[in-house]
Amino acid sequence: MAELKKEPVDATPNVAEVGTVNAATEAEAVAAVDAPVAQGEPILQVRNLVKHFPLTQGILFKKQVGAVKAVDGISFDLYAGETLGIVGESGCGKSTVAKLLMTLERATAGEVFYKGQDITKLSGRALKAVRRNIQMVFQDPYTSLNPRMTVGDIIGETFEIHPEVAPKGERRRKVQDLLDVVGLNPEYINRYPHQFSGGQRQRIGIARGLALNPEIIICDEPVSALDVSVQAQVINLMEKLQDEFNLSYLFIAHDLSIVRHISDRVGVMYLGKMAEIGTDTQIYDHPTHPYTQALLSAVPVPDPDAREGRERIILSGDVPSPANPPSGCRFRTRCWKAQDKCATEVPLLAVPERFRASDTPAAHESACHFAEEKDVVHAA
Amino acid sequence: MLLEVRDLHVEFHTRDGVAKAVNGVNYSVAEGETLAVLGESGSGKSVTAQAIMGILDTPPGRISGGEILFKDRDLLKLGADERRTVRGREMAMIFQDALSSLNPVLSVGDQLGEMFVVHRGMSRKDARAKAVELMDRVRIPAARERVGDFPHQFSGGMRQRIMIAMAMALEPSLIIADEPTTALDVTVQAQVMDLLAELQRELDMGLILITHDLGVVADVADKIAVMYAGRIVETSPVHAIYEAPAHPYTKGLLRSIPRLDQKGQELYAIKGLPPNLLHIPPGCAFHPRCPQAREVCRTDVPPLYTVDAERRSACHFWKETLDER
Repeated sequence: MAELKKEPVDATPNVAEVGTVNAATEAEAVAAVDAPVAQGEPILQVRNLVKHFPLTQGILFKKQVGAVKAVDGISFDLYAGETLGIVGESGCGKSTVAKLLMTLERATAGEVFYKGQDITKLSGRALKAVRRNIQMVFQDPYTSLNPRMTVGDIIGETFEIHPEVAPKGERRRKVQDLLDVVGLNPEYINRYPHQFSGGQRQRIGIARGLALNPEIIICDEPVSALDVSVQAQVINLMEKLQDEFNLSYLFIAHDLSIVRHISDRVGVMYLGKMAEIGTDTQIYDHPTHPYTQALLSAVPVPDPDAREGRERIILSGDVPSPANPPSGCRFRTRCWKAQDKCATEVPLLAVPERFRASDTPAAHESACHFAEEKDVVHAA
Repeated sequence: MLLEVRDLHVEFHTRDGVAKAVNGVNYSVAEGETLAVLGESGSGKSVTAQAIMGILDTPPGRISGGEILFKDRDLLKLGADERRTVRGREMAMIFQDALSSLNPVLSVGDQLGEMFVVHRGMSRKDARAKAVELMDRVRIPAARERVGDFPHQFSGGMRQRIMIAMAMALEPSLIIADEPTTALDVTVQAQVMDLLAELQRELDMGLILITHDLGVVADVADKIAVMYAGRIVETSPVHAIYEAPAHPYTKGLLRSIPRLDQKGQELYAIKGLPPNLLHIPPGCAFHPRCPQAREVCRTDVPPLYTVDAERRSACHFWKETLDER
């Protein structure tokens, strides 16, 4: 079997090094993972995370012929009690990031620190404790619920795996409480998923995510399968729950308006890399990366008067294959600003030099050699 | 008028009873005009389109009343053969999911060329040349080399272009696009909508754009018809409806979408759920979810009231809705 060719993963120097080493014993690790984190402190720190899926050829003697670079060195922090939105087009790696954080996939390289413990290296009881604290809400409420199980069993199943959260006798009542919390009638506990509408099913998914009192919920496109009138109900519910249970959300979506609405900070991904990250105002009102600008300008806004007033940047071509990404800056093949430098030098995710001294909203991390501010959202 | 749908009724016979998917829909499209039909799942927007195209599955579906006038001929009175000639030659449809709408075992060149072979009686060779021409026209790069490729070898945006090419092939006078960009990424969505609008202008076609996206509607439509539970609840030129909706449902929808250009407060949410088509509420179908509902709404089905020369609203209290913003 051929070895995966080692490629240098470009470091992101601006993010603080996470000093803590993993606890020596399992018990210590469990204790660290269960320790509380103050509001506004980082709870999850991702450093140079990489996931390559091998591409193989041949049947008997599988030979690795390359790799799909789904996530290729990304770093970010998630703070306690905040919502970090991740946006990007299909194939940019945002769902792979979710799976890596859930430890459903093993990272090829890089670290994910949860309260100082690198979860990519944990196992056994410590990993189980982490998994209890990081839960997920899925996109499709139709396929993410087992059609043969009742709502009570779907939500209650989590307690089978983590019996310490609710003793056997209390489980039913706990499930009913959860149904009540997400705005469903607690008497529906014996119903099956097909007896609910899409919006109600997503509430069941959210109740399941909440069951173990997690600290982080990773939401992968939680409302994109819902009708407009029901979307608002679910978004409002998620915001209410965040306040009530002091949750941190990693909110992955492709709908930029919804992400702005719910997020405190937003990261924009392109082809396995973070292109730009900042607060919602910094990203939406003062974007500096050309990809972010193109993405925002392409969103149709529900205002016919904006038809003429807004500048539209129409990108040419499609997203290149992540198996064979362009050299240098990955966006350069579709970028109108691209120069020779972009083909040779990988731009680092950092506050652009020209904005570093001032405290304009444009001074946020952007991975572009020629970053400049441009408002594309508001009509001129 | 190019197309006029008059009092169309469609029902589906299911094991649990009769689902009334379309209950008296009226709308019209002129040459070169874009009508956006807006509605949520189950509102009957796609079923209406299928009835117009004549591709409704019957049974279980059944057109139980109404007329579809296309160039002053009632399509519902035509025989199957005549209908087939109209479809494809004079009207065409673009579907949401290009991958499952294209034949996976035929090359795109064969599929595009088939249009010319069947409808124009061209030779295979000429049809192939026409296919290349069409692919060029919808700006598929290297059309000559790719004409022999199969659908799975194209990206989502390119496949949707092929769908558009196929719909345009015989230069029809009406195109129905059912959620043409819903499955696409925003940057690609912008490319495809641009292309569609450009070709429409060139050929002066009527376009019915079926969508649930209020942003897309604002971008491209001339007028809009909002559907709810198989009925039209409001029709209007596009500018007026965004400024001042005349139906509480439209108003609720507009208020419930978050904005891109500013961070809003808590979202307004229309309470409740869309109705079950087997049991559509009596009176105004929207009344259980309507903040303005009164006694009369529970009993009397509101007709399409005339708001002004170009606007209609199926709300007993459209005046109130319009005034109070």
